Amino acid sequence: MPKRTDIKKILIIGSGPIIISQACEFDYSGAQAVKALKEEGYEVVLINSNPATIMTDPELADFTYIEPITPEMVIKVIAKERPDALLPTLGGQTALNTAIKVAEAGALKRYNVEMLAANIDVIKKAEGREEFKAAMEAIGLNVPKSYIVHTLEDAVKAGDDIGFPIIVRPSFTLGGTGGGVAYNRQELKELSSSGLDLSMTTEVMLERSLLGWKEYELELMRDSKDNVVVICSIENIDAMGVHTGDSITVAPAQTLTDREYQDMRDAAIAIIREIGVETGGSNVQFAVNPEDGELMVIEMNPRVSRSSALASKATGFPIAKIAAKLAVGFTLDEIKNDITRETYASFEPTIDYCVVKIPRWTFEKFPEAEDVLTTAMKSVGETMAMGRTFKEAFQKGMRSLETGRFGFGGDGKEELMHLDPEDLETGLRKPSSKRLCFIYEALKREMPIDELFELTQIDPWFLYNFKQIVEKENIIREQGFQGLTPKFLRSCKEYGFSDYQLAFLTGTSAKDVRDLRKKLNVVPVYKLVDTCAAEFESYTPYYYSSYEQENEASATGNKKIIILGGGPNRIGQGIEFDYCCVHASFALAEIGVESIMVNSNPETVSTDYDTSDKLYFEPLTLEDVLSIIDLEKPDGVIVQFGGQTPLNLAVALEEEGVTIVGTPPDSIDRAEDRKRFQQFLQKLGLRQPENDTVYTLEEALSVAKRIGYPVVVRPSYVLGGRDMRIVYNDAEIRDFMAIPGIAGADHPVLIDKFLKDAIEVDVDALCDGQNTIIGGIMQHIEEAGIHSGDSACVLPPHTLSPELIEEIKRASRAMAEELGVIGLMNVQYAVKDEDLYILEVNPRASRTVPFVSKATGVPLAKMATKIMMGKTLAELGVTKEVEINHWAVKEAVFPFDRFDNVDTLLGPEMKSTGEVMGIDDNLGLALAKGQLAAGSAIPKSGTVFISVRDSDKQAILGLAESLVEMDFDIIATRGTAKFLQSNDIPCKQVNKISQGRPHIMDKLQDNQVNWVVNTSMGRRATEDSYTIRRAALELHVPYTTTATGAIGVGMAMKAMREKEIGVQPVQYFTKNIQN
Amino acid sequence: MKALIALEDGTIFEGRSFTGSGEAVGEIVFNTSMSGYQEILTDPSYTGQIVTMTYPLIGNYGTNTADMESASIHPRAFLVKEYNQFPSNYRSEKPLAEFLKEYNVLGIEGFDTRALVRHIRTKGAMKGIVSTEDLDHESLVKRASEWTGLVGQDMVSRVTCNEPYGWADNSVVPGTDFSTSQPGLDNPLKIVAFDFGLKYNQCRILTEKGCQVQVVPASTDAETVLAMNPDGIFLSNGPGDPEGVPDVVNTIRALLGKKPMFGICLGHQLLGLAYGGSTFKLKFGHRGGNQPVKDLLTGKVEITSQNHGFCVDMDSLNPDEVELTHINLNDDSVEGMRHKKYPAFSVQYHPEHAPGPHDAMYLFDRFIDMIRK
Repeated sequence: MPKRTDIKKILIIGSGPIIISQACEFDYSGAQAVKALKEEGYEVVLINSNPATIMTDPELADFTYIEPITPEMVIKVIAKERPDALLPTLGGQTALNTAIKVAEAGALKRYNVEMLAANIDVIKKAEGREEFKAAMEAIGLNVPKSYIVHTLEDAVKAGDDIGFPIIVRPSFTLGGTGGGVAYNRQELKELSSSGLDLSMTTEVMLERSLLGWKEYELELMRDSKDNVVVICSIENIDAMGVHTGDSITVAPAQTLTDREYQDMRDAAIAIIREIGVETGGSNVQFAVNPEDGELMVIEMNPRVSRSSALASKATGFPIAKIAAKLAVGFTLDEIKNDITRETYASFEPTIDYCVVKIPRWTFEKFPEAEDVLTTAMKSVGETMAMGRTFKEAFQKGMRSLETGRFGFGGDGKEELMHLDPEDLETGLRKPSSKRLCFIYEALKREMPIDELFELTQIDPWFLYNFKQIVEKENIIREQGFQGLTPKFLRSCKEYGFSDYQLAFLTGTSAKDVRDLRKKLNVVPVYKLVDTCAAEFESYTPYYYSSYEQENEASATGNKKIIILGGGPNRIGQGIEFDYCCVHASFALAEIGVESIMVNSNPETVSTDYDTSDKLYFEPLTLEDVLSIIDLEKPDGVIVQFGGQTPLNLAVALEEEGVTIVGTPPDSIDRAEDRKRFQQFLQKLGLRQPENDTVYTLEEALSVAKRIGYPVVVRPSYVLGGRDMRIVYNDAEIRDFMAIPGIAGADHPVLIDKFLKDAIEVDVDALCDGQNTIIGGIMQHIEEAGIHSGDSACVLPPHTLSPELIEEIKRASRAMAEELGVIGLMNVQYAVKDEDLYILEVNPRASRTVPFVSKATGVPLAKMATKIMMGKTLAELGVTKEVEINHWAVKEAVFPFDRFDNVDTLLGPEMKSTGEVMGIDDNLGLALAKGQLAAGSAIPKSGTVFISVRDSDKQAILGLAESLVEMDFDIIATRGTAKFLQSNDIPCKQVNKISQGRPHIMDKLQDNQVNWVVNTSMGRRATEDSYTIRRAALELHVPYTTTATGAIGVGMAMKAMREKEIGVQPVQYFTKNIQN
Repeated sequence: MKALIALEDGTIFEGRSFTGSGEAVGEIVFNTSMSGYQEILTDPSYTGQIVTMTYPLIGNYGTNTADMESASIHPRAFLVKEYNQFPSNYRSEKPLAEFLKEYNVLGIEGFDTRALVRHIRTKGAMKGIVSTEDLDHESLVKRASEWTGLVGQDMVSRVTCNEPYGWADNSVVPGTDFSTSQPGLDNPLKIVAFDFGLKYNQCRILTEKGCQVQVVPASTDAETVLAMNPDGIFLSNGPGDPEGVPDVVNTIRALLGKKPMFGICLGHQLLGLAYGGSTFKLKFGHRGGNQPVKDLLTGKVEITSQNHGFCVDMDSLNPDEVELTHINLNDDSVEGMRHKKYPAFSVQYHPEHAPGPHDAMYLFDRFIDMIRK
């Protein structure tokens, strides 16, 4: 069937901010879908609140709404744009859930909008536990014994029937939030009650635990003629009990005979038909009993998912793109396979390599949370690696993770050598982010495979492969450097050993090993990802390395540039940097330069084979990057877009004679090195907070005394403010210096005067070495001291004086020119008492580049790329700075609800996973949109609870007054209440928890509070205020933890009362700028 | 143990044997299935061939009795990237290496199988030799090119059963005239299955669908078959060049129109010859479990299991008599046809799968429906 001509305009819902379980994979799939639909001549309307996405680039969709993804806003977009159809299956669970609510509100009927790919009944059948279970039973498939309950009482009753352990799974939540395994009645009660609360439908499923069963996933696609193909099978290394997103997974399935695999395939096909997904991709999860092969259906997602992004990258089959085309009526046999060009999409990819995905966790950011993996996803990113053997792919994956490891082990970074055997056993038994380290240690101690299997439930096939790696490591160590004969060296490489590991094991340096390898011609070759195991010729230059014979990649004679990506997402380095890398690629294409992308993150747009001229899916280590450079001989390498990952390679690459284009690494060093930076600022007559560097506790105490508390302390060379703290006294300095690895390390500790209550300002600028253009000045909502990645900010600055703005521009230009920046530069300023302080200068792409670009319509990263390629600002036609007439607000999004026992207070260490943008002609409404998009409701009436530290009391006075004006009731703890009352603001005093009942917790639990404003002194708050904040989080009561943030919310509340919140496409704002 | 793989065009690959010493000569082909190595090894259609798996990790789940597609291993050697010696699967009975050794078949690992596959894809299927004994390049290449090859050869006689047998309780039971076929079926159809290199799953499925299956040697003549008074005749898959077995073609021609007939793979090619057409050798064939076939009668696409190096030339057939029913979507080659006058149809691929997807199982029902009509 050819494409449908009865529809012209299609609305796509994106997935919003990056959160745990919904990351940039939905930008990848959404961007593919938008492109595919545009290609077919449809008008595309998009709503997505995340400015760091490629899909929200104004030139991609016809009408791009960077607006909160709430049913109300989607309905407004529908009313305004009147699309013919809504495609809800590409924006993750967010899009699906929002689409359901929009449909239930009757808006689709009202505006005559057709739901494509999966209608509301299909979604409900797949996602509603009871409906799904019934559907599976109808087609003769097994599902674990389970009950759906809506009350705690029923949960307990059902639990007694099922027997423990029991999996608790709330319906309609993201990534299984709130789920877990209950081993007894008490745990069942706890998990059920939080699950009922988190579920959109107050519904929890209790089911037979399949702990220890093997877990599989199939990705499949169906077209309107009922043709179904399986794109990829995935086997989880971690057995059931660990969320798929937290499992190390392998494609294709490794330990199924064909008979078992085909039975699973039949089941998956029967499921997609029974559920009734009309067209597009779906994902089905299965559990298999390792004892007897019994097959159980776990769940199905009637949409493109995280796994489908992985499957696309793993096989080369673009699931989202094809899904979009199927949604508008094409059938699989009408769509060409991009990769082979000759064959069609109606086939099943077959691969001739092994793919390993490893999640990346950030438990170190949340030390209060227990490092344990359960059915609720906790990882923030992932990496994928390909190899011709599992061992090669796995070790490549380990070094792609960028956690400082260079493989499974044998890199001198093992920490468990002296672990007590009992602790080792516990570590093996309890899945955690460190479980591979435990397995490695067990194998080093020669624990038998069956014992290891007993403890970990990881299939012996994987364990044997791990064991082979460890055995190889022993041989390498024994034989030493002399033993690295060409044949043996090659065999080590086939096992995925990095030069770094080989160097450590043979007591040499990675450079020694590399030199030896090159001398012996033991170098990697590059193989194509071609969807067909070489059966057909392929044209898409998508490569992975392997130590094999035949090399399939060859350098062209074109002018070419390598762009180094950012690797796996983590807190502090995420989609924003991938956005910049993708723009670098686009810019190179515009000026006729070949772009070569290197990255290891399967979720991203940068690793779409469509994005660059060539794609190397490889770890971002010096060894792996140099091998590609040896082959491609690029004219230069771009390191300033991928965040810290490529920057860390810059100096080493330059030492190897590689041309780094753009700002020279020495300038980066000048901005990063404390002493040099100080001299630099002095030269320009610029001010920075008083500071010093120290190595020991004694030095730290004396410096702090000299500068005066509070001071900011942090280790140098860190990302995202890791371990950064504001300390107020000697005791806290002692605590900080006692953190392992802080004092006495190679890198010093930095101590800065903390500018209390200063306003922080972020600037992104473009410089061609001569001239500088300010891309955007952002005024933070939260005061200095809150990590810039966690602060909300407003563009343009809303309270800074014109003189100060001029001063900021002047300083920025002076610094860019003095540093000789060629490309992008980001500066963080603090303004205190009208004095300007420089906090930090980073001559590279910053996290705010996409936000500024979306807000101003100026594609900063693209321009920077062209500048790096030798163009001047004048040649690019950028001669004056853009003045915008609207307001753009960036708001951060946090993963606190994923981690038990974690405080929601903000501080100098970054904790947010993503961001949203609110854009409006009205500042208050822009702020409101930021709040709404970040998932925080804005109360219109009711009671506000205020409890603030003394230093904030004056600041919230205005807010309190305006709350009273808006008819809110205020309740406050004693100190705050007294202060407010003494300022003639009516408010009721409420007990703190420690002051006896009824206290604030009672009010929170009884839904008597509509907004919590709670600020607290110090690092970890007093138990009382922590409990309040945590309760607000868990009860979904809007909460704010800074006075400045609260004032911003107050403005938003006011604006929403005064004016109806509207929607405008980003193209409208851009047009306004141009006019 | 070092092993060399030499192709007739002089290309040499160096690998290791994981089954001890040995030597084998044959046509080098590749299969793109990611699972099902045991079914592939026991598929008689691979007689005279050396099979390379494109999926690099082989041996992962061991081998077992239930997944046998015939009584023995048929390829002359088995080439993989990495042999996995520690299988893990609840059904595994013995590791692959042991299984290969039992049948004296060489297993080679540790070389760039993808490079070999790309070579064959570009240059076409090739004669080759695998040896751990003769490590002299020149001698190997010479011996590879001197081998007769498959074209025009009768490979069927090497794999067909010597004695007729019935299929009962999931196994072979010697006997004739349906005397040893599955008892206890309700109003069963009687199917005579010609064994040109038959895969057990064909018997399993026909029996599951309520048929009694009588398997007969390829040389069985038409009269003998008709004397058994079957309801339908099934023509199995098998190895080699269909033009190498003219006698069988004559038998089929004699049976045309007498009884409903269903042919698979070689059976399909032989029907093509019996209809008066010709066959030709494909450049490197179709071997794998992901081949898309379109059923022209329904317009639907099925993902099929395939294993063939020869193909029916549709242009050689009279369009008034024979109708094209299925095509391969990758290369538009003939995948199925049906006779317009006689109750006979056939497909080039393997609806009995094993290994491969089950999408084409409906063809067995189509056969049964044809008989019942």
